[in-house]
Amino acid sequence: MTHPKGTLRRNTTAARINHWITGGCFVLLVLSGLAMFHPMLFWLSELFGGGQWTRAIHPWIGIVLLVSYAGMIVQFWRDNHWSRQDAAWMRAIGSVLGNDERAIPEVDRFNAGQKFVFWAMALLVPALFLTGIVIWDAYFSPYTTIEQQRLAALIHSLLAVTAIVVWIVHVYAALWVRGSVRAMTQGYVTPGWAWRHHRAWLRRLAASGSEGPRPRVSTGRQRQ
Amino acid sequence: MPDLQSQDYIRRSASTLTPPSIRNHEQEVAKLIDVSRCIGCKACQSACMEWNDLRSEVGRFQGSYDNPMDLDPSTWTLMRFTEWENEQGNLEWLIRKDGCMHCEDPGCLKACPAPGAIVQYANGIVDFISANCIGCGYCIKGCPFDIPRINPVDRKSYKCTLCSDRVTAGLEPACVKACPTGAIMFGTKTDMTRWAGERIADLNSRGFQNAGLYDPPGVGGTHVMYVLHHADRPSLYAGLPDAPRISPLVGAWKGLFKPLALAGIAAAALAGFFHWVVVGRNEVQPEDDAEAQRLMRDSGEPK
Ligand code: HEM
Ligand code: SF4
Repeated sequence: MTHPKGTLRRNTTAARINHWITGGCFVLLVLSGLAMFHPMLFWLSELFGGGQWTRAIHPWIGIVLLVSYAGMIVQFWRDNHWSRQDAAWMRAIGSVLGNDERAIPEVDRFNAGQKFVFWAMALLVPALFLTGIVIWDAYFSPYTTIEQQRLAALIHSLLAVTAIVVWIVHVYAALWVRGSVRAMTQGYVTPGWAWRHHRAWLRRLAASGSEGPRPRVSTGRQRQ
Repeated sequence: MPDLQSQDYIRRSASTLTPPSIRNHEQEVAKLIDVSRCIGCKACQSACMEWNDLRSEVGRFQGSYDNPMDLDPSTWTLMRFTEWENEQGNLEWLIRKDGCMHCEDPGCLKACPAPGAIVQYANGIVDFISANCIGCGYCIKGCPFDIPRINPVDRKSYKCTLCSDRVTAGLEPACVKACPTGAIMFGTKTDMTRWAGERIADLNSRGFQNAGLYDPPGVGGTHVMYVLHHADRPSLYAGLPDAPRISPLVGAWKGLFKPLALAGIAAAALAGFFHWVVVGRNEVQPEDDAEAQRLMRDSGEPK
């Protein structure tokens, strides 16, 4: 895992691979799901080889997403604990949206918006999986009543729309905050980026002499 | 068989535009099943298999006259037998020919996500166009009568077509043709309703005060109707729904929520776009780099 001298490692290689498998699955699920969601979008099914293929493949991609997102939870949950500063950050949301950094409290590895996306997906993905299983007609229709399947279909589509909106927020935030995309593609950020957006994280890294993504756990061990 | 180019659609699943409908002056048809005249011989069930070339797998005797025990992809109509002890303590043998009711407002068609996989012709017949079916099973969730069945081999949904192929050619459905007692009649919906009225008057005069026509308004009426001796209690007849309607859950799922949801998704994307136009990207400034360098120098540079 090489990164240019003087930059900070934001995401490990494993985390990045995990992230892009998750993202790829999510995009495929959105496209195939929306094809069945509304007649105006049925043409999306052509991307998957037609309606039959779209219907058949969607739930399998869902399984990969569930496993992949479980990996994301394992890798990222420690940095996503809710804290008092997050509430302050939320209150300063106007300054956040206005790019006015001076009025925003210092942020650790993730800000409250990122934590929100993380936890929202941590709930939505398993819920989509469970409702998805109930409406997976080919294999699971004998185990539930038709009335339960009706409810599951309604909830699945409601959750899907919620997840898509959360995902739009996530993608836009990554494009908006310059330097974030590279943090997930090549894996590194500049110290200036860290100072501007995740100052508490930078302070912790600097204090322990770590290049990221997590501060060195200093048990008396010296920096070389 | 491909679509017969019927050009008389009044409804087409998952379609936002008006389907081909120039030949829409047909009369609405109906099949009338007079339960009081049925002797349970299953000639209709055999005729259905024969005309439609359907052969269900041979099963095992389950201690019931029902054979097979349920509708399946190759059993589009099924005689269901109920032994009911009435208020006088007498046994009544209630026999009902089950199958698609050809709802005026078909829940299957409403739920279907595949354009043109379910259509309704101007004569009221609801037909599955298998070439367009994607096998999702939504029609099963939409139907208030638990009728469609998916064939696991080709993942296509099947049900009674009301012999749409025969009806187009001016013939009556195969089951109607085969019935030896005249318990199944076919004609315009108006004629069938009138004929049902005569039958009901006759049944009333013979002591069945509650005899009546089953043409449930909850689904806009049906193009398969029953004359029942106990029209006050349809569920006596092997669970025929007393007041069928498209489930409110399906209504919520397939209703206004969908266009609103798409609008919401589009609004979220547009909000992002206009935020970018108005506020612009959040760029790291030279001061940020300088401050960061100072901080790292002060705490000893990471290697
Ligand atoms: C996590 C595991 C998931 C499973 C097991 C799953 C399963 C299913 C199944 C079985 C269907 C019915 C159509 C078919 O048979 O293919 C369906 C529909 C759908 N899925 Fe999923 N899905 C999952 C995740 C997702 C995700 C992440 C999204 C998008 C954010 C999504 C969006 C949709 C949509 C929009 C529909 C159409 C709903 C409608 O017709 O109203 N699904 N899903
Ligand atoms: S009975 Fe079921 S399958 Fe037949 S038209 Fe009504 S909803 Fe469709």
